[in-house]
Order: sequence, then C-alpha cells, then structure tokens
Amino acid sequence: MLQRLMLAYMLLATSTAPALAGAVNPDISAVGQQGALDSLTFAVRALQARVDSLASAGEEPAAASRAAQQSPSTAPVARAGGTYMNVSYDGLADFGWSSEPNVGSLQGGDHDPHVRGFTIPNAELALDGTVDPYFKGFSNIVLKLNSDGETGIELEETYLLTTSLPWNLQLKGGQFFAEFGRQNAQHPHAWSFVDQPLVLNRMFGPDGLRSQGARISWLAPTSWYSEATLSVLNSAGGTTFSFRSPESSELHGGVPVERGVRALEDFLVVPRIATSVDLTTTQTLVLGTSAAFGPNNSGPRARTQVYGADLYWKWKSATADRGFPFFSSQTEALFRSYGAAERVSAEDASVTLSSETLRDRGVYSQLLWGIKPLWVAGLRGDYVSGDAGAFDSPLRGERYRLSPNLTWFPSEFSKLRLQYNYDHRKGLGADHSVWLQSEFLLGAHAAHKF
Amino acid sequence: MKTMTLLPIAAAALIAMTGAGTASARPLNVVATTPDLAALAREIGGDAVAVVALAKPTEDPHFVDAKPSHIVTLHRADVLIEGGAELEIGWLPPLLESARNDKIAPGAPGRIVASQGIRLLEVPSTLDRSRGDVHALGNPHFLIDPLNVRIIAGEIAAHLAEVNPASAQLFQANLRTFDARLDAKTADWQKQLEPFRGAKIVTYHNDFVYLAERFNLEVVATLEPKPGISPSPAHLAEVIEKMKAEKARVILVQPYQNRKTAEAVARQTGAVVLDSAQQPGAYKDTATYFQLMDTLVRGLATAFKEKT
Repeated sequence: MLQRLMLAYMLLATSTAPALAGAVNPDISAVGQQGALDSLTFAVRALQARVDSLASAGEEPAAASRAAQQSPSTAPVARAGGTYMNVSYDGLADFGWSSEPNVGSLQGGDHDPHVRGFTIPNAELALDGTVDPYFKGFSNIVLKLNSDGETGIELEETYLLTTSLPWNLQLKGGQFFAEFGRQNAQHPHAWSFVDQPLVLNRMFGPDGLRSQGARISWLAPTSWYSEATLSVLNSAGGTTFSFRSPESSELHGGVPVERGVRALEDFLVVPRIATSVDLTTTQTLVLGTSAAFGPNNSGPRARTQVYGADLYWKWKSATADRGFPFFSSQTEALFRSYGAAERVSAEDASVTLSSETLRDRGVYSQLLWGIKPLWVAGLRGDYVSGDAGAFDSPLRGERYRLSPNLTWFPSEFSKLRLQYNYDHRKGLGADHSVWLQSEFLLGAHAAHKF
Repeated sequence: MKTMTLLPIAAAALIAMTGAGTASARPLNVVATTPDLAALAREIGGDAVAVVALAKPTEDPHFVDAKPSHIVTLHRADVLIEGGAELEIGWLPPLLESARNDKIAPGAPGRIVASQGIRLLEVPSTLDRSRGDVHALGNPHFLIDPLNVRIIAGEIAAHLAEVNPASAQLFQANLRTFDARLDAKTADWQKQLEPFRGAKIVTYHNDFVYLAERFNLEVVATLEPKPGISPSPAHLAEVIEKMKAEKARVILVQPYQNRKTAEAVARQTGAVVLDSAQQPGAYKDTATYFQLMDTLVRGLATAFKEKT
C-alpha cells in the first residue's frame, strides 16, 4: 500500500515538476530540467518494477495488476507527444549533367532537374491533421528554385476530407491532385524516379493534373477493394494542361481563346475506378481506369478527352525486413483526343490552322527491385507519340526514354538516387543524362498509400 | 396516469429491441494490426468474435504494406486493436483514412490502442533522429512482457463488452480464465528463467527490452547500431568485442531480421542464434500467446544452459 502511495506521488511529481520549475525559475536550463525529469522517471520505474516483481512473486497478483493499471491514467500527461497537426518538411535536390545544354527542353517536369549542375526542384512543407469529428485537413506548400535561382511558391494542395459520411461515401474539397492513374496524385518525394514520366508530362503538363474543385468517392461494398471516384474541377489554369490552360498554345499552335464558364460542361470532370485483389498472401494487384473530360481553349466550343489505364503489381517477402525484399511493376497508358478548333496561329496571325483532332498516346512501365533493406534498383521505359497536326509541336513528337536507377535509403528519412536517362527524340536524336538526387525528410513520419 | 400506462409498454418495446439485438448473434469483426494482439482477442472473444490480423507474423510490423484489401477489412471492422506508440504509423493512417468506418474512429468503443494502458519503456527524453528511428512515445514491442498482456487483455474485454453488451459475461469469463492461466504460466516462465538471472543477451533490433526487464535478463548490445539503421561492419566489430568482454552468448533474432549477420557474429563469439519470434504463428505450434512464450522461454533456457 505504501509503495502504491509513493508511486502515485512520484507520478504526480514527474508530471508537475517541470511546469513548476519553469514557473518558479525560468533560468533553470533545459538540461537541468531534463536531468531532474530523467532521475524522477528512473525512480518511478524502479518503484514500478518492485511492485511488479512483488506481484509476479505471487503475493498479490490482482492488486499488482490494478497498480499497473493505475499508472497509465497519469502517464499520458508525461508523454503527450502528439499535437493537433503533423508538420513535415521535405527537401529534394538534384545534381547532374545532360548532353542537351538546354536541360529544360528535355526535362519538362516542374520537379525535374532543370540545369546542368544543381537544381532544387521541390522543397515541400506538408501539414495535416484532424480538423474536428467531421473533417481532416491537408496542405502542401511547395517552394522551388528556378534556373535563375529565384524562388517560386505554390499552394500545391490544400483540401478538406470528410471522415464520417454515410453510404461509404467520402468528399474532398479544395485544391488537390486529380485522382487519375497512379502517379499523378503522388508527391515528387514518393516517386521512384528522378523525373516525371513523359506521358504524364505530355498529357497533364509540368505539374500534373490538379485544380480547385470537389471529389466524391464511393467504396463499393464488395469483398475485394473497389473504389469509384469522381472529381469536378475548374478547367482553367497552368495545372490543367490539356484543358483551358494558357500554355496550351504550345500544343495546338493557336492563340488561346477567352472562354469563361457558362455551364457545367465547362468544368473538368475526372472519373476513376480502381480495383485491387491479393493474388497470394505476398502478391497484390491494383487495376485502374481513369478519364478526364473538359473544355480546351483552342476554340469556344472545343473539348478534350483523356483516357488512362493503370496496372500495379507488387510482391513482398513474407519475412520482409523494413519492407524488403520486394518486386513491383507499375504501368500506365494514356490516350488523348484533343479537339482543336479552327484557330489563328500564335506564330503568324495571317495563318489559320484548320480544325482537327489531335491524337496522342503514351505509356511508361517501371520495375522496382528492393534488393535488400534500404536498396532499390529500378528500370523505367517511356514511350510517347502523337499523330501529325497542322502545327508541329515539340510536345507531340515521337520520343522514347530508358532510365535505369539505383536508390539507397540511409534511413527512412533520407535517400540518395543515381539515375541515367537514354533519351531519344525523333528528329533530334539521342541524349544522355545522369542525375544524382538527394532527399531529406523532417518532422512527422511519412505514411504512404499502397 | 397516462404516462403510468405507457411506461410498461415502452419498457416492453425496449426489451424487445435489445432482445432483437442479442438475437442477431453475428460474431464481432475484430481487426488487430499484429498477430499478437489478434491472439489475445481470440482468447477473450472466443466464439463471439471473428479475428483477423493485418500484419503477417513473419514480417516487420513497422513496415506493413497499406494494401487496398486492408481498407476493405478495416471498413468491415466492428473493433480495431492497434499497438500504438507509433508502431503502425507508417501504414495504418492512410488505411483508416480510406476505410470510412466510424465504429473504429479514435475514441470510439471499437478502437483499442494497446499502448495506452502500458507503462512504456525507453520513452526518449529528447526527440532526435540522429539516434535512429526512436519512437517518441516509447518502445512499442511490449507484448513480450506477460504483465503487459494482462493489462491489454483486460482492456480488450472491457471494449468488447462495450461494443457487444450481450456477450459481456462471456468476455468476462474468458478474461478470468485467461488471467488465471497467464498468472500460472508467468510464474512457470519465471521459474524456468530464474537460474539465469542477469544473463546477457544480444538482439538484432531493440525489441526485447520488455522481456529482459520482466525476466531479469540484460540486453548488452543490438546488432543494429541504432533503431532502423542497418548493422555496419564497424558496429558489429564493437558488438563482438563487447560480447566477448561481457560473456554474452545468446543472440535473439526475429524471422524477418537478417539471420546471416547474427550467425556471423555468433561464429566469432561462440554464441548461439536463437529464433525468437514475437508474433504468434511465426513458427509451427505457436498459434497462441502461451505457445509462443513457451517456445521462447524454453529456447532461452536451453541456450543459456548450453552456453554457461
């Protein structure tokens, strides 16, 4: 009994002592406080151990287990490690060389290396947490340095997610990456290669497909995983490349027309269905089909359709150590039908480009082999092509690329990646690039979707 | 007067409703993140529960894939038992975000966080990742201590009863049986290991501190230089020196850890490598917590006997 009283007293002392010390004498160093806390913690543990050993010696097991159960009621005060928000910061840096002096013409992605030498393509502050019993909130603020060393800032994502809607539904609202295929919605630090796949760059532009809008998702009541999502997004802006983007004249060669939002059909609509089955206890397959429909600004009534299919397979050892060894394969194929209206050439106002449907297609496939803990070897193949149009766009020519790479994670919170790209653009020939990428992660533990 | 006559009718309706509740005796869907928690849920829940574990008994519980089938499993769960203390932080949050199941929301009766009732060891005084992947809330490998299991079993019984009051008596009875057996078994395990009080062991990851504390063993080194950091030759050389100096001759290795590294160290120190899973089901005939601990304690006692 005496021991239990002492235990309670010690716990009380540990939880209040630092606060009191801080209030009475703010000059006490953190080290001193820590030392005091540590010795008190030690004393409590010693007492607890004695209580436990008395119990297990068979004297009074029931009472001892009650004592053990008493400690947690006070303990959370001492170990309140959590906060209302997870904060993390991720820094990516690239270093390397390419046979193409204008690296930007080869590496179109916004988070790709931009120059021979050093690039900081992505420094990301991620905030997330539970808002209240109804919502979770997420925000990603990205800072990036361009080739002139100037800092650009973008609100990459900021959205609310419902947590308790009925009928298996979930709503998302804000600015977010559209759920199209697998990689589009992933942040650069989760990518397995230094750069964006060519086909995603062609269809969705340097930043991928994201915009402001809402998304509804439905988890099917099936025994296997099956989820349908439908996003409705604003179709204008630099991150809706195949739609009402100011940059789309690079694609169709015409002067973009001003067209506002007149009806529901002027929004970008992105449906997706994803299904997954476990083939064995160690193998999982995920299949998805996606589409994106919306207006484009080659003309007042012009429209674009993009279709995609994706396949992901992963094997992970039943005795995986930190997730290794594993094999995975990811493939995405996309097709775009861009209805280009009759338009005035951006290069020469006296020239009119005839109305036509611009068809583009592309695929990438990547294999990853997690050889042993913290080492991953990868191989990716890219292929893109487009049918000839009235305007000869460098963003539509045939191109293929082969990229082997090797990644080493010194820990979960850092990585070093070496990648070689053999890059072949039709009419321009082959280019060779070697990139070394480093990453560090601070703050909240990263959890990744499958 | 009217209320007086209505009262018995309301009471009857209430009884009928609760009666209807008990009649639908569907077993509760209990999902545990790891097989050890699943094994406890089976002991307490008996026939009134259907239990599945998300992690395999042979894999590293820190790095389970957040595969979509787990979303479906969690969507259908009546009860979720997680270890907590950041053990599942790398994979459970995205699954729960997609599972859209209020029954297992934080704070709901259907959500059990095992670590919340436990006095965790090695709670870091400062958070600094140069010390490796240290868990901010303390060491999460606490089920290897039978006294912790006793606390968690009680928690599970209380939560199950809250979720399904109709079976509360069954859960209480199962808990009493389990506790009695656990007390007897704990005394037996302590008796088996008592002759080796103070014996020195080496582990791969820092995952047997609770075992060491309960059974008066001493972990003198880990093959990982820091939690989550792969063993380096320089560190292993230090471990070998230390093992020789301290006469530590037993190395504990879980099924997913690199046994070859442990064997190499054992060869140079005359030690024995002991396969020591913490998850029931990892080896043959270890489906229950008792079988698992029996195997581990017997293995330890044999190894100590051989090596002293």
